[in-house]
Amino acid sequence: MNKLATCLSKGGFEFETLEPIQGVETLGIKPDVWPLAAKFLKENPETDFDFLCFVVGVDEGEARLSVLYRLYSYRHRHTLLVRVNTSREVPEIPTVSRLWKAAFWEEREIFDFFGIHFLEHPDMRRLYLRSDWNGHPLRKDYAPDESLNPVADTAEPTSDTVPVFHEHGATNSPHANIDEADDYNRLFGKEDYVVNIGPQHPATHGVMHFKVSLDGETVRKVDVHCGYIHRGIEKLCEGLTYPQTLAMTDRLDYLSAHQNRHALCACIEDALGLEVPLRAQYIRAMMDELCRIQSHLLFYATFCMDMGGLTPFFYGFRDREKILDLFEYTTGGRLIQNYNMIGGVQADLHPDFLKKTAEFIRYLPTVLPEYHKVFTGNVIAQQRTKGVGLLTKEEAVSFGITGPSARASGLSCDLRKLQPYGVYDRVQFNEVLYQGGDCFDRYMVRMDEIGESLAIIDQLLTQIPQGEYRVKPKPVVKLPEGRYFKMVEAARGWFGVFIESRGDKYPYRLKFRSTGLPLVGAVDHLASGLKIGDLIVVGASLDYVVPDIDR
Amino acid sequence: MKLKGTQHIKAEEFKDNVFVKPNEQRSSSLELCRGEKTCAQANEYLETLQTLKEANTPVWLGCLDDMINWGRSNSLWPLTFATSCCGIEFMAVGAARYDFARFGFEVARASPRQADVIIVAGTIVHKMAPVLKRLYDQMADPKYVIAMGSCAISGGPFRHSYHVVQGVNTIIPVDVYVPGCPPRPEALLYGLFQLQRKIKTEKFFGGRNQKEAKPTEEEEKLIWEKQNHE
Repeated sequence: MNKLATCLSKGGFEFETLEPIQGVETLGIKPDVWPLAAKFLKENPETDFDFLCFVVGVDEGEARLSVLYRLYSYRHRHTLLVRVNTSREVPEIPTVSRLWKAAFWEEREIFDFFGIHFLEHPDMRRLYLRSDWNGHPLRKDYAPDESLNPVADTAEPTSDTVPVFHEHGATNSPHANIDEADDYNRLFGKEDYVVNIGPQHPATHGVMHFKVSLDGETVRKVDVHCGYIHRGIEKLCEGLTYPQTLAMTDRLDYLSAHQNRHALCACIEDALGLEVPLRAQYIRAMMDELCRIQSHLLFYATFCMDMGGLTPFFYGFRDREKILDLFEYTTGGRLIQNYNMIGGVQADLHPDFLKKTAEFIRYLPTVLPEYHKVFTGNVIAQQRTKGVGLLTKEEAVSFGITGPSARASGLSCDLRKLQPYGVYDRVQFNEVLYQGGDCFDRYMVRMDEIGESLAIIDQLLTQIPQGEYRVKPKPVVKLPEGRYFKMVEAARGWFGVFIESRGDKYPYRLKFRSTGLPLVGAVDHLASGLKIGDLIVVGASLDYVVPDIDR
Repeated sequence: MKLKGTQHIKAEEFKDNVFVKPNEQRSSSLELCRGEKTCAQANEYLETLQTLKEANTPVWLGCLDDMINWGRSNSLWPLTFATSCCGIEFMAVGAARYDFARFGFEVARASPRQADVIIVAGTIVHKMAPVLKRLYDQMADPKYVIAMGSCAISGGPFRHSYHVVQGVNTIIPVDVYVPGCPPRPEALLYGLFQLQRKIKTEKFFGGRNQKEAKPTEEEEKLIWEKQNHE
């Protein structure tokens, strides 16, 4: 028996040991034991699972639905997978949203997709689909019938109360007893003054909908509505072959298109046991870093524009175009490149790519001081960002926030350092860390990361070897039966892929870990008590991309 | 020059003196000559024009429609509306390199009530469909729609999804389609030019803007048979 299982059995919990997934210990726990076991796993100093990284719902076929929790401990650097099964007739699992705030959103998503009721979850509404939607689309028996859910021409019905589910189906239909307050939590009080921001609003960064309760100009509570760009990519992927699913990843977080696709390719390659040529790995790393820079440049442009500075918008886009040119030379695409393939990359680098990239990394440091001159030192900018939207390290872990937004709170969470993938162990770079956790630090982390990425590319350019750029897999890619995880550091944090394969050429279940969902999950916490103008700054500093949240 | 009664003036007759487009559709200013009273007025104007021309005064006669449409087509204000990837390319078109301000599109409005054209940049899903419809309804006439990218045209790569609208033309009428996934900024600019062209042929003061194709003889027969059958 392994170490973690031993800890759990010492605590007196019943569980079964399952086959490890990619070397990660996996336990099966019954739903009624799960909340106490979860509490134990989180609070026991030997296990100390403070971070809930991933929650995946899977429709296991006729008999049951299951939920897979991937836990991670920042202190011990160990991982555990927990599988909780529930029946299809009475799909009930007690919530763990009080332990990990990340679970609040993940459980709502699984309720939406699979109809699993998380008991005592304080807000068991659908996350993406309309509240009057029929059925749960990721269940295998869901029929995508137009007549079942026609395109509505009326707005979504909304309510100030939210359903809560108790044991044994105490609340079955969320809309039946809307006035009986016992089974419902109140979202807004009767005296609350609620304003809608979005879904069509220039400062929400896409089609995000905030319902904001105001006290004068002060924000009391933010209720986040997602799903205005939910395209059902995960369900679509179940009907696509593995090479076809790649095309979907670029369109999730289009500002980290390369990194997303890198994650899915690497996941499939790991499953196939395919060795990627070294040159391809170098090319991937270079493209990833260029992608990160262009994403951060766009962040600079939009962040400043949201605060009323229009000049930085033009600066950011001017230099971003230079990176898009570099992409275009090699991949043919500007925004969406479709470049990574299973086993390598689609084409070798353009003959001029190395020369032009070298020129670019010499050029960008010359204009960065200009950026800071225009915006960073500005008194108004500093006053609006410093000390606004404070996020502590512990909260960042609990919300599941990763990437630059967490590093601004002093959380060392760079996957390129924690679990180096590709060729990141061959380059020297610093993980940018700030301690303040306010909007200004979140801004500064990204600006400094541009410099680090330039340093990485500089090293990669001198190291890149000659050789093959791709090994071709078999014409029909079939993954061996099993479950596979892969994560990479995208521009906004940990982008993860989970594949469950049944040995077919289609994935049985494909799930993407969104980098943005934990970020919007924290908006209510960060913006409550601030002024309404600060809500915009907080949202801009988190730099979420809505199609990545909604998928 | 003398005109009688309801006699029509042929454009060619004035060719040497006055600039008139020899286009039947555009002869609205000359249609004033129909009817006795207006005819006398028109004569007066035309005679004044003749005198001015003879004195080498730079006078130009044309349709008011043309002038208004020239102005309208070069100050189209788009709505800041973007749902996904295409929105970033839309922003790129607004930024330094592509700069649609050169053609009068730069005044991007956040409120639909101030916008002339809505560029549907990105996928429209079931939840967004009523919102898009409402935005379109809130825009003031005359209003135009550009479907940018394959998602807005047909659902694109997500066409088979349970939650994606199969093209925005199922919700609102579309004027220009710009294909691509996402379209390059040049493609969007070309689409915007097509919209300008379309606006330049419109009749701002009423009348039908679009002609239905005249049915062919065979089609007429079919319609006739169908009606008799009923």
